[in-house]
Amino acid sequence: MSRLQVVSGKGGTGKTTVAAALALALATEGKRTLLVEVEGRQGIAQLFETEALPYEERKIAVAPSGGEVHALAIDAERALLDYLQMFYKLGSAGRALKKLGAIDFATTIAPGVRDVLLTGKACEAVRRRDKQGRYAYDYVVMDAPPTGRITRFLNVNDEVAGLAKIGPIHNQAQAVMRVLKSAETAVHLVTLLEEMPVQETADGIAELRAADLPTGKVIVNMVRPHVLDEEAVRTAAAAGRRKDIARALTGAGVGGAAKLVGPLLEQAAEHAQRVELEREQRAALEALKLPAYELPLLSEGVDLAGLYQLATELRKLGVNAGADAGTDAQ
Amino acid sequence: MTSSMTHGSALQEAPLLDIDPLLDDPGIRIIVCCGAGGVGKTTTAAALGVRAAERGRRAVVLTIDPARRLAQSMGIDLLDNTPRRVDGIDGDGELHAMMLDMKRTFDEIVEAHADPSRARAILENPFYQSLSAGFAGTQEYMAMEKLGQLRARDEWDLIVVDTPPSRSALDFLDAPKRLGSFLDGKFIRLLMAPAKMGGRAGMKFLNVGMSMMTGTLGKLLGGQLLRDVQTFVAAMDTMFGGFRTRADATYRLLQAPGTAFLVVAAPERDALREAAYFVERLAAEEMPLAGLVLNRVHGSGAARLSAERALAAAENLDEGRIVDQEAGKAAGRGSTGSSPTPSAVEPDSESESHQPSAPPTSQLTAGLLRLHAERMQVLSREQRTRDRFTALHPEVAVAEVAALPGDVHDLAGLRAIGDKLASGGLPAGAE
Repeated sequence: MSRLQVVSGKGGTGKTTVAAALALALATEGKRTLLVEVEGRQGIAQLFETEALPYEERKIAVAPSGGEVHALAIDAERALLDYLQMFYKLGSAGRALKKLGAIDFATTIAPGVRDVLLTGKACEAVRRRDKQGRYAYDYVVMDAPPTGRITRFLNVNDEVAGLAKIGPIHNQAQAVMRVLKSAETAVHLVTLLEEMPVQETADGIAELRAADLPTGKVIVNMVRPHVLDEEAVRTAAAAGRRKDIARALTGAGVGGAAKLVGPLLEQAAEHAQRVELEREQRAALEALKLPAYELPLLSEGVDLAGLYQLATELRKLGVNAGADAGTDAQ
Repeated sequence: MTSSMTHGSALQEAPLLDIDPLLDDPGIRIIVCCGAGGVGKTTTAAALGVRAAERGRRAVVLTIDPARRLAQSMGIDLLDNTPRRVDGIDGDGELHAMMLDMKRTFDEIVEAHADPSRARAILENPFYQSLSAGFAGTQEYMAMEKLGQLRARDEWDLIVVDTPPSRSALDFLDAPKRLGSFLDGKFIRLLMAPAKMGGRAGMKFLNVGMSMMTGTLGKLLGGQLLRDVQTFVAAMDTMFGGFRTRADATYRLLQAPGTAFLVVAAPERDALREAAYFVERLAAEEMPLAGLVLNRVHGSGAARLSAERALAAAENLDEGRIVDQEAGKAAGRGSTGSSPTPSAVEPDSESESHQPSAPPTSQLTAGLLRLHAERMQVLSREQRTRDRFTALHPEVAVAEVAALPGDVHDLAGLRAIGDKLASGGLPAGAE
């Protein structure tokens, strides 16, 4: 299992939820994981039902059998000021830069610099060791920008190389790229079994591969159970069976059964249509030739309990067992 | 929360958003669809365009990043950055559509406002190339720029605009300002003419700040990037006032009475949270909100049968079947085990209309009930998230669009969504 787990996905697919569940799943048996957020949305805090995360690493959850999940909301501006402080001992001059708009320029407008700072901070956490020489975190899980922007975000070297040809940002970009392109990193894409997210996933994988970034898994989220297949629905809709179904409903204690059969069959037909569409999308995902995980739709929505449930699902799928399996490395 | 009781009562609290009067109002010239990513903004914008055109308006839809097949169906998969007429629209109206090419839009601004040699210098500048293709706010800025251009051409009486899939919904309001204030802000002027600026201000601090700043940024980014920026800024000099002026003009256009904002969401916690946030922000910016479009709302024609009762009945059917099988008997015709028949290979296959592969009626019926229970759970979850939104913003009118089993990628599909939008209330089939 790679130590830097990058989780991306189209908007609405639940990438933040999956990233958080993955961080929980990896934090078993005394392991420590760091869950990082780079888009300033405070999605992690909302998910774990805590107050907004500051720019500092703090424990936000305890995993079964003693693991810990820590979280960090990386703020590019603070990261740059820290960085300047570290290398140039700027002190209050940093605030002057900020006042002039220079920090704003460097972190939001100068292309790529923001991304170098964000990925750089995550890579620093991956490489950090404690006094005994052990890794500070066993895994770092990043809730990354969406699929449409992920390659550009991670491929900071290309972005910055053309602009900053020398200097610390250039060096930083080089160091970050070494981590991001190694087997230490796996980029997962979260999708739904719907046409647009699957199409974006396919495009995203192609872009990651073209940029030589390590693809991890396709994580299919919110998979609904297949209660009935099309065959069953076709036979159910046959005229002669409606009465049988109404009788069965009555026999099972459902009142007013005659009026329910029509709507129930309609729902079943919609279900069958969806199953068929999902089959097409699954086939499209299989064509990507990547390992896939499927996570179930939680009918009650994702709350804290749902998050632990998804983490359990991920563990069943072999997430934490694979410490030596190395299935992600390419 | 008991879904069967609250379903309906909350709906009465939220006023109904009536789409057709909005589309028919000649005073409305711009409709902006905004909201979180993945809620169907682009499809909503396209469906509104189709409906407006078919109700007689000369409409244009500006999409940002449409699904490939949707773009193909509207004939706008060619990236030429100008509106194309969409074929197949019924009635006297017209629909035009375009997909935004942000780099091209930026290039066009440069070409329109600088003489050819200066324009070339800008277009070839590495900093400009990154800025125009990559800066996180460029897409938002260019969408607004394009909106301003389309409005200025005055060829259409209604412009429907989709907004970029931003990091947060607010970027679309903030980014133009941010880019505008950067391009003609203090920092840029300092970069351009440090001595002059410092001298005029007569402040030692600025001189010190300036040299330290360029020095530090130079060290940090490499001196060559800073030189690129300075060259770029010098070449753009004449255009800066223009950027600020246009950002301001577009902003005022958005506040004008001829503009209507539609916040698009799905009945999910995150999407509705973003929607609530957006409603508040629009109010703070004095931008006119028409209402909330709630996509992918589930309904059920059998809503009076609760999830709990459906599941209990399904269990009854299962138990009946197990009992029958253990007794070596077939389950009865639907009603559990009431008419025993001799055991067969498939213990419930005697019913007259059955094909050999058909599942037994009891099993099938249990499946239908489980499916229904699942649907009812979805309904009640959606209701809860919506109640939360309505409690916060009871004044916001809502139009609901029922969930569709598949994606939309043709005019017929867009038309169907338009119908659902206009009927606005309960999803089809709901009680």
